[in-house]
Amino acid sequence: MSDVATLPPIVTAIRESRRALARLLTRIENHAAASELAALYPFGGKAHLIGVTGAPGTGKSSLVNWMAKAYRAEGKTVSILAVDPTSPFSGGAVLGDRIRMRDLHGDSGVFIRSMATRGNLGGIARTTKDMIRALDAAGFDIVLIETVGAGQSEVEIASAAQTVIVVEAPGLGDDVQAIKAGILEIADILVVNKADNPGVESTLRALRAALDLGHRVERVMHHGKLMDVPAVPVIGEDSAWQTPILQTIATNGTGVSELLTKIAEHRAYLQESGVQRLRERASISAEIEERLRDLLLARLIERVGAAHVQATIERVLRREIDPNSAAQALLADSG
Amino acid sequence: MAERKIRVLVAKPGLDGHDRGAKVVARALRDAGMEVIYTGLRQTPEMIVEAALQEDVDVIGLSILSGAHMALVPRILELMKAHDLNDVKVVLGGIIPDEDVPVLKQMGVSGIFGPGSDTQEIIEHIRKVVSLE
Repeated sequence: MSDVATLPPIVTAIRESRRALARLLTRIENHAAASELAALYPFGGKAHLIGVTGAPGTGKSSLVNWMAKAYRAEGKTVSILAVDPTSPFSGGAVLGDRIRMRDLHGDSGVFIRSMATRGNLGGIARTTKDMIRALDAAGFDIVLIETVGAGQSEVEIASAAQTVIVVEAPGLGDDVQAIKAGILEIADILVVNKADNPGVESTLRALRAALDLGHRVERVMHHGKLMDVPAVPVIGEDSAWQTPILQTIATNGTGVSELLTKIAEHRAYLQESGVQRLRERASISAEIEERLRDLLLARLIERVGAAHVQATIERVLRREIDPNSAAQALLADSG
Repeated sequence: MAERKIRVLVAKPGLDGHDRGAKVVARALRDAGMEVIYTGLRQTPEMIVEAALQEDVDVIGLSILSGAHMALVPRILELMKAHDLNDVKVVLGGIIPDEDVPVLKQMGVSGIFGPGSDTQEIIEHIRKVVSLE
């Protein structure tokens, strides 16, 4: 990596040209960059990948804006991947996260890209991980990933980012909301934004109680619950990291420097404890499994023929066979 | 595999604060299956072109009601050229006097839609000028 001459052309291109990077991101999004992703993969792994998630309207974009500014003040380069939902009816999307990030304009150390979920329900898009890999290989120190406004089950960010920040705001729910399964459990750092709004004390109390409860019930580790998250079956993760609860006001940047300090502490913890390796292993094995499943399915359909699959579906609809037997029969026909 | 989507940047350059039209168009393009990057009010030409570059859009949609279009549009086109965004189409909406229309089209604006335009017209225009290979 020290020898520039050995870099693949795509890596040189995306490090030197923002236009080349932007175009590569488009090809990744359209599933047309397999060979480029293969070429750049060895040159990633240096950026700190930070996920920011939370309910709509909690102030994620504004917070990301301030975080990016604070990282720039430290001299770090920042890329932002902002995900918004695709309309399930038209397939279109309005991506509005840039509205809150206008302060970052004119800084060549910042690159912002908006993307739509394109039908994926996990809070990010299916191609988000590959987009992150491109931004990582392009040499950014920090990759901030802002998920769609997420609630209780949009937890895929936990397998795409290293440090996950869950943003809450006063007045969004009672203490029962806080102990439901979901994004609270994937938080490495909890942020109560809009900390100047009324009700902040009771929100803090509910979150603290929820975290304490988590410790007692789980006995050993609050991250242990991550095993419920399909893509991140974390095994053997220890409990040395206590999820901190911070307060910010993203309209004026209050609390952001404390947040950056905690993020740096979390990164150090991940690396020193070996948890990062564990998480990466779990996430990569889940990803390979998922990709294998897609490939195998495609190959199977190719072998038996789409028409035969359709015919089998019709038989199930006529209740001649049940869905499980249908799948078994198709598998047998493919061999 | 996901199909290729048309990506459109909708921006309001200049100082007027009337973004209703831009929002209506953004919504209509969304309903037509496009991905709209909405950047909000008071964008400078530099901000618009930089955002278009990072977002790799096919179309820049501008809404100008301040009367400053003869200053803003040439500047944006010039910056686009400087950044090699030659294949990006520019569509303009807002209050544009008739006599300015041919001049703006001559400069390279692909479509101009004044008050009362049907959003369907805009959608069809964009679909026509963007070639998805």
